[in-house]
Amino acid sequence: MKSSLGCSWRIALLIFWSARSLWAFAPSGSSVHGTNIFAPTSTPAKSIVDLSVFVLVITGIIFVVVFALLIYSVVKFRGRATDAGREPPQVYGSTQIELAWTIIPILIVVVLFLATARVIHAIQDAPEPTAAVDVTVIGHQYWWEFRYPKLGIVTANELHIPVSDPDHPTPTFLQLLSADTDHSFWVPELAGKTDLIPNHPNRMWMDPERTGIFLGQCAQYCGVQHAKMLLRVSVDGPEEFARWVQAQQKPAVEEAGAMAGRQVFEHNACMNCHRVEGTSADGRFGPDLTHLMSRATIAAGAAENTHDNLRLWIQNPSAIKPGSLMPAMQLSDADLDAVVSYMETLH
Amino acid sequence: MSAATASFPNTAAGWHLPSRGKVAMAGLIIAESAIFTIFVVAYLFYQGKSIAGPTPQEVLETPIFYTICLLSSSLTIHFAAKSLARDYRRLFLALWLLTIALGSLFLFGTAMEWHRLIYERGLTISTNLFGTTYYSLVGLHAFHVTAGLIMLSLVAIFGFIGRVRVDQSNRIEVLSMYWHFVDAVWVVVFTVVYVLGR
Amino acid sequence: MASDAITVPVGQADARPWVDELHQWLTTVDHKRLGILYIVSALLFLAVGGVEALIIRIQLMHSHNNFVSPEVFNRMFTMHGTTMIFFVAMPVLFGFANYLVPLMIGARDMAFPRLNAFSFWLSFLGGLLLYFSFVGGSGLYGAGSAPDVGWWSYAPLGARAFSPGHSSDYWTLALLVSGFGSIGTAINIIATILCLRCPGMKLNRMPLLVWMNLVMAGMVLLAITPLSAAQIMLLIDRYLGGHFFDTQAGGSAVLWMHFFWIFGHPEVYILIIPCFAFMSEIIPVFSRKPIFGYPVMVAATVCIGFVSMSVWAHHMFTIGMNSYANSFFTLTTMVVGIPTGIKIFNWIGTMWGGRIQFKTAMLFSIGFLIQFLISGLTGIMMAASPFDWQLSLSYFVVAHFHYVIVGGILFALFGAFYYWYPKMTGRMLSERLGKWHFWLFLIGFHLTFDVMHIPGILGMPRRIYTYEPGRGWDTLNLLITIGAFIQAIAILVFLANLIISYFKGARAGNDPWDAWTLEWSTSSPPPAYNFAMVPTVESRRPLWDLKHPEDPDSQYE
Repeated sequence: MKSSLGCSWRIALLIFWSARSLWAFAPSGSSVHGTNIFAPTSTPAKSIVDLSVFVLVITGIIFVVVFALLIYSVVKFRGRATDAGREPPQVYGSTQIELAWTIIPILIVVVLFLATARVIHAIQDAPEPTAAVDVTVIGHQYWWEFRYPKLGIVTANELHIPVSDPDHPTPTFLQLLSADTDHSFWVPELAGKTDLIPNHPNRMWMDPERTGIFLGQCAQYCGVQHAKMLLRVSVDGPEEFARWVQAQQKPAVEEAGAMAGRQVFEHNACMNCHRVEGTSADGRFGPDLTHLMSRATIAAGAAENTHDNLRLWIQNPSAIKPGSLMPAMQLSDADLDAVVSYMETLH
Repeated sequence: MSAATASFPNTAAGWHLPSRGKVAMAGLIIAESAIFTIFVVAYLFYQGKSIAGPTPQEVLETPIFYTICLLSSSLTIHFAAKSLARDYRRLFLALWLLTIALGSLFLFGTAMEWHRLIYERGLTISTNLFGTTYYSLVGLHAFHVTAGLIMLSLVAIFGFIGRVRVDQSNRIEVLSMYWHFVDAVWVVVFTVVYVLGR
Repeated sequence: MASDAITVPVGQADARPWVDELHQWLTTVDHKRLGILYIVSALLFLAVGGVEALIIRIQLMHSHNNFVSPEVFNRMFTMHGTTMIFFVAMPVLFGFANYLVPLMIGARDMAFPRLNAFSFWLSFLGGLLLYFSFVGGSGLYGAGSAPDVGWWSYAPLGARAFSPGHSSDYWTLALLVSGFGSIGTAINIIATILCLRCPGMKLNRMPLLVWMNLVMAGMVLLAITPLSAAQIMLLIDRYLGGHFFDTQAGGSAVLWMHFFWIFGHPEVYILIIPCFAFMSEIIPVFSRKPIFGYPVMVAATVCIGFVSMSVWAHHMFTIGMNSYANSFFTLTTMVVGIPTGIKIFNWIGTMWGGRIQFKTAMLFSIGFLIQFLISGLTGIMMAASPFDWQLSLSYFVVAHFHYVIVGGILFALFGAFYYWYPKMTGRMLSERLGKWHFWLFLIGFHLTFDVMHIPGILGMPRRIYTYEPGRGWDTLNLLITIGAFIQAIAILVFLANLIISYFKGARAGNDPWDAWTLEWSTSSPPPAYNFAMVPTVESRRPLWDLKHPEDPDSQYE
């Protein structure tokens, strides 16, 4: 159990985490964290690590004991040349021994089960505090839609959530839905994964204690580009998060020089799939582009959000992500450049 | 030790093991029961979950007469098997044919029911969840009845040409195990669809 | 001391035209020949599935590789999994069961020889049907070809909307067809064991291999059929407009998962229990002691059979079941580890106090014990569902199940090959090549599958055709790939051993291992009728009684 872990295990954990944290760390703030399940930064992930250390210790002991017995028997009772023709004593069994090695495993299972049931309940049945941020995650082939219903924000692929102070927790609660097939939301350092299944809403939460960028990706095979449905979670300090929210709540920037590109966007089929708030483009099939330039990557992490990549993506999505459901729009070079310029105004 | 003349102990008398036909049929019945269970689970799970379209309460009519036919056929096949065991071949054939008739009547009833549901009430396998689960479950059962009737008819033909005698008793019993199974499944399907489902 | 109660001189068969020989093999109903047909066809599919694995491993050797396209990669892992489970593991185990069960119970053949043949051909043709998809599975945008929906074909990915074309249908139909073959074999095994035992062979005198195949066959009846039912439902959805798994019409994707795993979990026990059977025959003989705790081994196996039907949703811990359901399946999954662990202890207990002979079969058995222990323990880790919320769907679980299947099942199978090849062919496999095979395979296996746990811990999901650099997964994947190639070489050594020894191996005689069950009382290979006279037995080790008339087992049972 968590509380009865005791001093020595806490020390072991501390050493464990320190070792891990020496790994891929830049100064916090804009640091990009890894995807190591043993480097947790949030309560659900930490509870899992605590439980897993407990389980590892027990299974480790079982392994050492049984392995030792096995090696001992292989060495001690190996046949020798002098044995030829003589059989060892024929032993058929022993009720006491059988009882012993039945009862001990039963006890181990009881202990493990009780320890596990506590953590299951703690994570799954955690109540949602009023200060929590609500995000609705909708899985698509092959991108993530994020909606903040209480804040009126719609964005894609890169999730921004506030850091949570353990004294005044502001966890983020995610509702998980799917628009097509099954997906799974997995950011290892923030929480265990939970699937997104159509017609089967799910719920998960996280309360990161550290700012930074946390990576993850879809974990349930969802089709040809399952491998490129990446996740980027930006855990922001309170002011940073407030700023981000404000920026996202504004409609699209309108720049006079981008009118040509906006015309191309609205007269081709782009607006059938994409939404740009404040314009007539209101498609839901593809990611919301209102604040495209606030994202570090495009195509759900498949490429960095640079001019060249953006241009290539719009020209021919299959060049970056073959099998992506966005069709190549067959734009002329002039139109393509105009549209890209327009996209680049959408901060 | 001389192995040349070593031999196994003498044959033990009174070594009786079950009939392999019956054990095999029991195995088949267990397997088929698992298949039907899955279809029943799907039916029960999807009860009340259809988004639109006809509901069981609206369109189903309890097929009491045809059920009685099918269940009676279990009785007739049972007595047919008993008759054959006593070598009453004519009685066997008569009861056997009666079984086939009752089974066919049941299938006819199912066909009528489906015709009514499809053409008068607009319920097909693709209409809604109820349609899918209903036709699949009842259809799977009807398929097994059909397969059974084919086997029974083959035996009837053999019976007519005089090839079914008391020596074939065991095989007839194996076949009647199958028929009883088909009837038992109908009891379950009937209960799930026409009693619980409404 | 070897027993040669019956010795049929070798080489008596007249030379026959090869067409004749081929015809004999194609129309045989002899359980021994069908057993060999199962085993050989399984080895063919093993080679194909192995190539698919190597393609996967080359693609994953480093990040952003493009050895194959994502479409091809997705077909590779789908076909690799489907082939290995349904057309390698199941057939090879049915093959050994077919060969050994009648011999071990003193019968002349299986209860239904023609059903036996029919079941084999259904199984084999199912495999051919699956592979025909590469040629015939055309569809929308050429989106057909081999199935690429994963070997579970989760809903709604397997629906018409997301899998247009026929590739998915090849998966469904191939498994449906071979599934019926499996049910036929299972019925046959049960009827054989219950109805054809030789006089004196009461149920509690049957060799453990026979007991375990009985439990396995019972499980096949209850586990394969839910998959068949689900596949019929899928076909109804795809072709008749049904809505079983159509989430737009209110259907449930989770229902498919339940149905699949109600099959899928007992299936892996169906695969491992015959391997327990091999261990329970091989370890006693090479320890020169009877199995420790025969009644407990039987009880534990039956227990596993039952409990394993209640653990299936541990494959679904991440799908959002409530905490009570998750707790229940955590409990049952941990509980099923108890009888399984007891068996490991009993095998060690068998070796304890013995005089162990390190023939190749025994080396593979010791490998099995260590590896099965480890994979059982990683299974317990994942039974703790919160831990599984991290480990599931990652390379940790891929490592776990390959540890069981390759480290457990395949090692046990190799042991079975080395042990019973002499009986089947009359020749001994080369011990020298055998040891090369063992050590090469052991090294390759551990290099691949020990390392493979780590990317899982570092966040690498499964079924991805490529991955991002900078996650720390590159070097690990390279090591895994190297290990895969070492295993491939070891398999080639094994195949070479099988072929060379067939022509040049030492003559085996009836009983090369000085063993105690009935198959060793007849010639190698046995005559078509198995035994000149149906034996009568008075204990669990009839040949021990014959060889040690002063101290027969019947005194102690």
